[in-house]
Amino acid sequence: MKLSKSLQTLINPLSKENPVIVQVLGICSALAVTAKLEPAVVMTISVTAVLAFSNVIISLLRKTIPTSIRIIVQLVVVAALVVIVDQVLKAFAYDVSKQLSVFIGLIITNCIIMGRLEAFALNNRPYASFLDGVGNGLGYGIILIIVAFFRELLGSGTLFGIQVIPQWCYDHGYVNNGMMILPPMALITVACIIWVHRIKNKDLQE
Amino acid sequence: MNRQSNTYTVIYAVILVLVVGVTLSLVYQALRPSQEENIANDKRRQILAAARIVPEDGESISTLFNEHIRESFILNDKGEKTDAGVSAFDVDAATESQKPASERLLPVFVCKTDAGEKYILPVYGAGLWGPIWGYVALDADGDTVYGAYFAHQGETPGLGAEIEKPKFQNQFEGKTLFDSEGNFTSIAVVKNGQEPKSGSFVHAISGGTITSQGVQKMLASSLEPYAPFLKSLNNNRPEDTKADKAIGK
Repeated sequence: MKLSKSLQTLINPLSKENPVIVQVLGICSALAVTAKLEPAVVMTISVTAVLAFSNVIISLLRKTIPTSIRIIVQLVVVAALVVIVDQVLKAFAYDVSKQLSVFIGLIITNCIIMGRLEAFALNNRPYASFLDGVGNGLGYGIILIIVAFFRELLGSGTLFGIQVIPQWCYDHGYVNNGMMILPPMALITVACIIWVHRIKNKDLQE
Repeated sequence: MNRQSNTYTVIYAVILVLVVGVTLSLVYQALRPSQEENIANDKRRQILAAARIVPEDGESISTLFNEHIRESFILNDKGEKTDAGVSAFDVDAATESQKPASERLLPVFVCKTDAGEKYILPVYGAGLWGPIWGYVALDADGDTVYGAYFAHQGETPGLGAEIEKPKFQNQFEGKTLFDSEGNFTSIAVVKNGQEPKSGSFVHAISGGTITSQGVQKMLASSLEPYAPFLKSLNNNRPEDTKADKAIGK
């Protein structure tokens, strides 16, 4: 099946060109916000929004940006968008913004964003850049949500804060694995995802 | 125009920064009122949570707050009401905790609940990664804890962050701040199986030792300045409700 070019831009980052498990970018935030599902979902939405719009803006400006300061220009655009996201969350989703606190600010340092701006937005038209931003944001988010699912389920016995492991399991000696909540388990979970992903996609094996 | 020339680069940078700066200040100005409202409502929610009042879905926090908090005032460390020129609600616990105890403004919220009148006091301290804070509601005797609410900025999820869970906070109900001789002992937060020399205690969170110790220090340092006021509450109680321990004084 041959996909149209713009559809490919959108779909490829979800699996074959996934920013986290194939390009190994944005690992730091993958361990910071994945102890629970809810912050992981909000982080996904925020990163997707910032990535899509900064891609569009940089793509619109791509013919005017002086090469010597292009990284700074990208940073300013990304930082401005992140501040706007932060302010909007504070005004309309105060509880979530309290929960994510510093992590929103850290979107600026997410290497996926700079990576996509440099690799894609500087050389492509706004519409394609928008799709690329959405695709990569979602590709990043899928991994975040999978990791958060296992960490919350095994670490706290809950999903979205709702108890899913029944009480009788605890009565019969089941204990939540406290280690799942600590950052190292995020990396190990990501590694397991990479493992499964490489088995399915033989062409990615080195 | 030459895109690589210095003039172009400088002008480009200046314009970009101006545009971004103006945009951000506009966004900030436009969203500030609703942000401040959110922050104030969040504070109201926390104060009410200490008195075990939780708004139902769709219930307005500010109405609920005005309904229950009938009075609020500011004390000095001698337990006298002072007029500091600000309302008790606007006193910032973080700034006050930096001052020496004698200069602190000590806000008190008097809350009307189904279980009688409660005094709600703010507490503020340090956890492992950042500030922790909360509110403690006391019975009219100024001694027994009716409820406690704690929050944190960035404690480890599943470990230190458990201080915001009811499982931890409910332990405080019924604990006392003074020992049987009327000395201020605060409430200790100790490991399961241990007990402090005197005073009441609750169980710490395993794996969250530093945060648990932070809660203990926060309670001691934030509530101690209130001791004269709390003692006066205890002494002024009508005879028939006074506890046995008051007889020995």
